Amino acid sequence: MAIFPSTHATLGAPATAGRRALHLRAGRAVTLGLLLAAPFATAMVLLAVPGRARKTAAALALLPLVGFTAWAVASAGPLLSGGEITLALPWIPDLGVALDLRLDALGLLLALVATGIGSLVVVYSAAYLPAGIHLPRFMAYLVAFAGGMVGVAAADNLFGLFVFWEITTVASYLLIGFSDDKGSARAAALQAVLTTSAGGLAMLAGCVLLSRQAGTATLSAILAAPPSGAATTAALALILLGAFTKSAQVPFHGWLPAAMAAPTPASAYLHSATMVKAGVFLLARLHPGFGSDPIWAPVITTVGLATMVLGAWRALRQTDLKLLLAFGTVSQLGFMTALLGLGLVHAALAVLVGHALYKSALFLVVGTIDRTAGTRDLRVLSGLGRRLPGLLAVAAVAAASKAGLPPLLGWAAKEAAFAEILTVAAWPVVILTVAASALTAAYALRFVWGAFATKAMAPDARPLGAGVLPPAPGLWAPAALLAAASVVLGIAPGWVDRLVQAAAGVPGKLVLWPGWQPALAASGAAVALGAIIHLGRTRAAHLQAAGERLFRSLRFPTADGTYRRSLEGLNRLADATTGTLQHGSLPVYLGVILLATLGLPAAWWLAGGAGMPAPPLAHRPAEVALGLLAAAAAFGAARARHRLTAALFLGAAGYAVGGIFVLYGAPDLALTQLLVETLTVAMFAFVVARLPRRHEEARLPWWRALRVGVALAVGAVVTWAALAVGGGGGGEASAAYLEKAVPEAGGRNVVNVILTDFRALDTLGEITVLVVAAMGVAGLIAGARVASGREEDPR
Amino acid sequence: MSLVLALTAGALFAAGTYLLLQRLLTRIVVGLGLIAHGANLLLLGAAGRPGAAPIITEGGAAYSDPLPQALVLTAIVITFGVTAFLLALAWRSWALTRSDAVEDDLEDRRIARLGRSGG
Repeated sequence: MAIFPSTHATLGAPATAGRRALHLRAGRAVTLGLLLAAPFATAMVLLAVPGRARKTAAALALLPLVGFTAWAVASAGPLLSGGEITLALPWIPDLGVALDLRLDALGLLLALVATGIGSLVVVYSAAYLPAGIHLPRFMAYLVAFAGGMVGVAAADNLFGLFVFWEITTVASYLLIGFSDDKGSARAAALQAVLTTSAGGLAMLAGCVLLSRQAGTATLSAILAAPPSGAATTAALALILLGAFTKSAQVPFHGWLPAAMAAPTPASAYLHSATMVKAGVFLLARLHPGFGSDPIWAPVITTVGLATMVLGAWRALRQTDLKLLLAFGTVSQLGFMTALLGLGLVHAALAVLVGHALYKSALFLVVGTIDRTAGTRDLRVLSGLGRRLPGLLAVAAVAAASKAGLPPLLGWAAKEAAFAEILTVAAWPVVILTVAASALTAAYALRFVWGAFATKAMAPDARPLGAGVLPPAPGLWAPAALLAAASVVLGIAPGWVDRLVQAAAGVPGKLVLWPGWQPALAASGAAVALGAIIHLGRTRAAHLQAAGERLFRSLRFPTADGTYRRSLEGLNRLADATTGTLQHGSLPVYLGVILLATLGLPAAWWLAGGAGMPAPPLAHRPAEVALGLLAAAAAFGAARARHRLTAALFLGAAGYAVGGIFVLYGAPDLALTQLLVETLTVAMFAFVVARLPRRHEEARLPWWRALRVGVALAVGAVVTWAALAVGGGGGGEASAAYLEKAVPEAGGRNVVNVILTDFRALDTLGEITVLVVAAMGVAGLIAGARVASGREEDPR
Repeated sequence: MSLVLALTAGALFAAGTYLLLQRLLTRIVVGLGLIAHGANLLLLGAAGRPGAAPIITEGGAAYSDPLPQALVLTAIVITFGVTAFLLALAWRSWALTRSDAVEDDLEDRRIARLGRSGG
């Protein structure tokens, strides 16, 4: 990777003609590059920080995140008016792979969410993580992840985007499995990385296909002139797989609840506020170019709606507060995805921002509850609200934003979404959305009730939460800040609205009070229904249990079951494949290799692909006799039952071949051949003297027949190939050797001159091979003597 | 290439392959040697019509192609090295285990059984 490439910062070129061209200072582009590099550099440094230097680690981790947030806010102005900051970072130009950056309003939105919330999570982590946990390492993963997110937000090359995308996958894997002494954490990390990287691989294939279709891998260029057709649709489908797995859409959502094995700050950050938004972000990024593709609306909307309803349904069933939030996240991600499927980019992004703020706040609250009360099981928690009224207020505000109550950002976003849905969507979509929103309101209530209410407990239960101490500021301040942001931005949504409108590239309306309109009825109905569900929670739980029994009796596949079965199937396939291909028998390996090598020319031969001139029978009369002799000797060697006989036959064949060398005008070869054959037979005699005379082996008749078959096939193909290739000689090279032997090398024997002069280095290599072989032989023989005890050590 | 040369090479390859597909090292070595002879004949045949030995003389005209000969010479020597090494292996195998057979890889067999039993 070029760290300091021939950077030419191009600036302010608007993507569409309608946008105002802006001229930004070139320094901004370089700053963007440096700010993107900073998290990765910090991560490297953090890995070297000792575990007890917790404050240093937190400060170090804060630096790049706060730095980016401040810079992004400062340079937001031009971006909100349609400007862009671009930086060309070539990587593999021949393949169209680059790390080109292009930060626009959409990228700014995601990057701000990632770094802003990231800063608060870093502060929280420093207070939350117990002393036994290696904080610098945790921070390193967290910061590297933030860098990956900023990269995803700013990448302008499909493959650069993929690289950053996978950085977030890897960081997520490390964070989920952070408590690596726990089997459950390791299993959850594996499930997350397998699911998301399988989707990532599909996405990579889609990127390759798309870049081939478009003729470029530059994202902005593709979106400006999107290709179309079946191949493009296939590419889009593959990229959607990546987005769906990353954003935990049905049926790939199973990894996200499992990922709750991560330390809670990581869950709050990656698995609710940021990483899972990458898929949603990608959809928003692609929408301008591919929103009209035939599969866009039906597939994305269907998947999104299914995810939204399923997530909300499952959230209402959870007793672990963290899992409740996790399924709530699945549901909200489905909501955003469905909105994008309908083309409602503005609403989707508004929901994204609202969700990021309240969901991270809620997760941090759960972490604090876990730390102070020692549990996050809502069946055991009771009376916590009385002890911790401040935390209750924070949670209530965030949950109200989640349920969509005024005057919070969640309310404004949901109102905008409902208004836009009512204008474009068919009534089944509206009904499903309202139903899921009702469930969302219900589980938001359930969260606050479950965490803080004083409940009637069974007499033998030991409620937790009554005797807790107030948490340290680091454990509540970040969540309070996030909740406050939900309030402030809900009352005055103008800034968020500017950002979201610029990011979506379409006008929309994000206001505190939209006026009396049909959407108000829909959201009012949803909240009322949610309240009713919560009040009748015992009955609702029975109803849900009955529904789940029904699904189980129908053997409806579950996400976890599918994941487990796919893994088992993969293992079986691997065992079967390995067992078949690599079953340990050398003869079978050789047979397969030989047949495969011969298969291709043989197929060509059988297809009649080789017309050849009729060959002469023989160039020299004696050739016939010598050829017959060699063939007969070979046959004899194959039949011989005694080792020495076989060796003698081999030698006979060698002498016959040497005779042919003489006939063909190759006296040097003949001499060498006779010498080497004699030596070989001598070696055989030496070795065979120690071995049993006979070298038969137990033969199965069919196995022997198979060997004969393979052998005959090999012989036939070799003969045919020899005739088909014919003999053209060495052509120019041979002529040149003949010509230059005397004037340049001063030798008349051209073969010798080639070996010792023209190709002397090759000959040196050959000699080296002989030396190595000789050393091997010496070692084997010396070792065997010791091992067999024939030469006892005298001492 | 003459028909006789091609057929001879084919016969050497066939007999060599038959031996190569067996388990006793001495048989494998003999098979390898036969295949090497066949390959050398193929190289020789690639030179086309043979002529006089490529030793430059005054007024000499039609020489055999020297290039394939150089290749064959190299091949002969390398084959010799390989043969010597394999024979030493056979010898050591015999000294250690009283057998010079190439047995199946046990670990591979175990995986194959795993695959057949379905996990």
